[in-house]
Amino acid sequence: MVCFPRTGAEVVHAVRAAVRHDRAFVARGSGTGLAGGATPVDEPLVIVTTRLNRVLEVSVDERYAWVEPGVLNLDLTREVAHLGLHYAPDPSSQQACTIGGNVATNAGGPHCLSSGVTATHVLAVEVVFGDGSVAMLGGLEPDAPGYDLRGCFVGSEGTMGIATRIAVRLTPDPPVVRTLLLDFTTIEDAGATVSGIIAAGIVPAALEMMDAEITKAVEDYVGAGYPRDAAAVLLIEVDGLADGVAHQVAAITRVGHEHGARTVRVAADEAERALLWKGRKSAFGAIARIAPDYYLHDAVVPRTKLVEVLRQVYAIAHEQQLTMMNVFHAGDGNLHPLIVFDAREPGVWERVHRAGDEILAACVAAGGVLSGEHGIGLEKREAMPLVFSPDDLDAQARLRDAFDPSGRANPQKVLPRGSRCGELQRVPEGAWI
Amino acid sequence: MPALAELDELCDTVARARAVAPIGGRTHWEVGGPPPTGDDVVLVRAPSGVVTYDPADLTVTVGAGTRCGELAALLAVDGQECALDPRDPDATVGGLLATGLSGRRRLRHGPLRDRVLEVRFVNADGRVVKGGGPTVKNVTGFDLPRLLVGSLGTIGVMVQVTVRCEPLPAVAEWFATDADPFAVRAALYRPSCIAWDGTRTRVLLEGVRADVEAERAAIPGACTTAAAPTGPDGAHRGRISVRPSALAALGDALDRAGVRWSAEVGVGTVHVAGDDEVALAGARAAAVDRGGWLLREAGAPALDGFGRDLPSPRLSARVRAAFDPAGKFSPGRLPTEAVDG
Repeated sequence: MVCFPRTGAEVVHAVRAAVRHDRAFVARGSGTGLAGGATPVDEPLVIVTTRLNRVLEVSVDERYAWVEPGVLNLDLTREVAHLGLHYAPDPSSQQACTIGGNVATNAGGPHCLSSGVTATHVLAVEVVFGDGSVAMLGGLEPDAPGYDLRGCFVGSEGTMGIATRIAVRLTPDPPVVRTLLLDFTTIEDAGATVSGIIAAGIVPAALEMMDAEITKAVEDYVGAGYPRDAAAVLLIEVDGLADGVAHQVAAITRVGHEHGARTVRVAADEAERALLWKGRKSAFGAIARIAPDYYLHDAVVPRTKLVEVLRQVYAIAHEQQLTMMNVFHAGDGNLHPLIVFDAREPGVWERVHRAGDEILAACVAAGGVLSGEHGIGLEKREAMPLVFSPDDLDAQARLRDAFDPSGRANPQKVLPRGSRCGELQRVPEGAWI
Repeated sequence: MPALAELDELCDTVARARAVAPIGGRTHWEVGGPPPTGDDVVLVRAPSGVVTYDPADLTVTVGAGTRCGELAALLAVDGQECALDPRDPDATVGGLLATGLSGRRRLRHGPLRDRVLEVRFVNADGRVVKGGGPTVKNVTGFDLPRLLVGSLGTIGVMVQVTVRCEPLPAVAEWFATDADPFAVRAALYRPSCIAWDGTRTRVLLEGVRADVEAERAAIPGACTTAAAPTGPDGAHRGRISVRPSALAALGDALDRAGVRWSAEVGVGTVHVAGDDEVALAGARAAAVDRGGWLLREAGAPALDGFGRDLPSPRLSARVRAAFDPAGKFSPGRLPTEAVDG
């Protein structure tokens, strides 16, 4: 059963209907999520938010916007562009994904390196809970009194309720932006350059790495001017005031050359800058020319472990006889190994899954986490014990249950079954809490 | 991790006690409610010291009992900082996080809750629970670290935290001007703080020298270099949170209430101090009238809570009960109503 509410009140009606008929419900935006967080399981009521798509209010002075959850990420930025503002989180799917979905997954994007993921840009959320009640979490004042319930809700993948209105922070456009492309003959040099940039006291606006395979694929596809014979390229963007940006461009150029960059290309104008980014953003289109299917992973390792883990990722691909490409947010250690394959090939899915499991295990062993921006959903639910103890999972289950005692909101996601341990100590008789 | 024996002892103490209050540097001891007292309240301290710090990762993991000043000194050696900015450098990292009080540079650096990547805390059963993760980017599971920030010691005893670091700015300078603070805000790209006391506006600019000079030139009207503002001081202190657009009107009301104040323009935080409890109560009323609230930081023992009902009181009560069913942590703080049903 699927419904398409047009107002917050209709979302409440939909949830109440689910309560009456003892059904679970799942909120769904554009369905661009990669971890299965919005995938219906056991025939829940699917509440699609795409018709809740109005920008309700924009404040230039206070730099926020109230939006409905079905507003597309890029549409909000387009709507406020003439005011010199933008919405900072920029997932690769930003033309198609909804802000409600971004809130659910705590979505990231290349520019989250300096500006932070979705949680740092959400001021307030109006939520319909599993019993049909409505509350405002957070607010336009800097802090809400009491617990940061807004902070708990962001990234909860629909398991704590459905957002019906969201106040997001708008960010002033930087006065100056510069984009650089550095190319290397080894992955190690590119990795050392990433560390060198951070060590030089620079946190760029974006710091993306693409390996040999994906660079070649992208260049063949869009002709962005990437060197086809590079072992790795770094696409780096810095922004801010003119002199600070010039200082950063000079420092990055120096660090790149110190670590064996063959060329450091600074986009001369907006057209060249757009072309360089087009290469990065066309990565997933480019791979369609190589094989019909792909599996995109998402994990994070400490920045200092990037190269070491990449080497393991290649070894895993080699062992499983799979084509592996890497295009990822190097600046914050967020790996996106991309397995390219043809699903018609017998037995390939098993190898793809095995490789995925091994990649996750390698990332965790290096001190990393399961997801940087896609979320856990169904995909990584059973991997949660890799990073969390039974006590850790129990605490998360308790938080979820506090928000949704009925367990009606998107059950079966994020936490593996049996996360809730035995009861904590009982309330002493007569105690008042 | 801190020394295992020390941690084991802490866990054991928490598990056995009927009432527990985590204690840090006692620099924010009065924040939010009456300090927990009574013979049955066991005061516990978190371990201190650096657990891991690799400057290239731009993160640092410390015992929650580490003093903010010591952490700042350590990071400065490698040209980094974590913009915690406590009122008193003797505050512990865990204590500051528990109060949720963001520093003066929030306009540029963001709120305290955005600094925290991973938290380990001792739960009501005396077991160590981890929330979040050590990497700078992470959406693995629910956001327990944000729940802990500002929880006033009511969810558990924080023992270890990983926070995000930043490169130290090359230059950090304060400027003072008589210009309208809201015009200053509109004219600048990324000031770190705009502090306004009703007459003078003080602006903190950070970055490379040329950027600071460029921003300085953009400040409307005449301005001079200035010392960092000292927060309003007094026996009775509090912090107001209102939406930034309410600040102009709130300033007049605070003057009438007879408190000294310093507002963070563009943020909506106002630091207030008065010579008596009545003045602080007046400041609270002025904040509440404008949709905000006031958290007591010192003095004024009658002004507990926030001056208005907690939003979603039943949800808040359920959250607290989920982690602390017996209400043993920091009794008296973060008032919640009884959970029904």
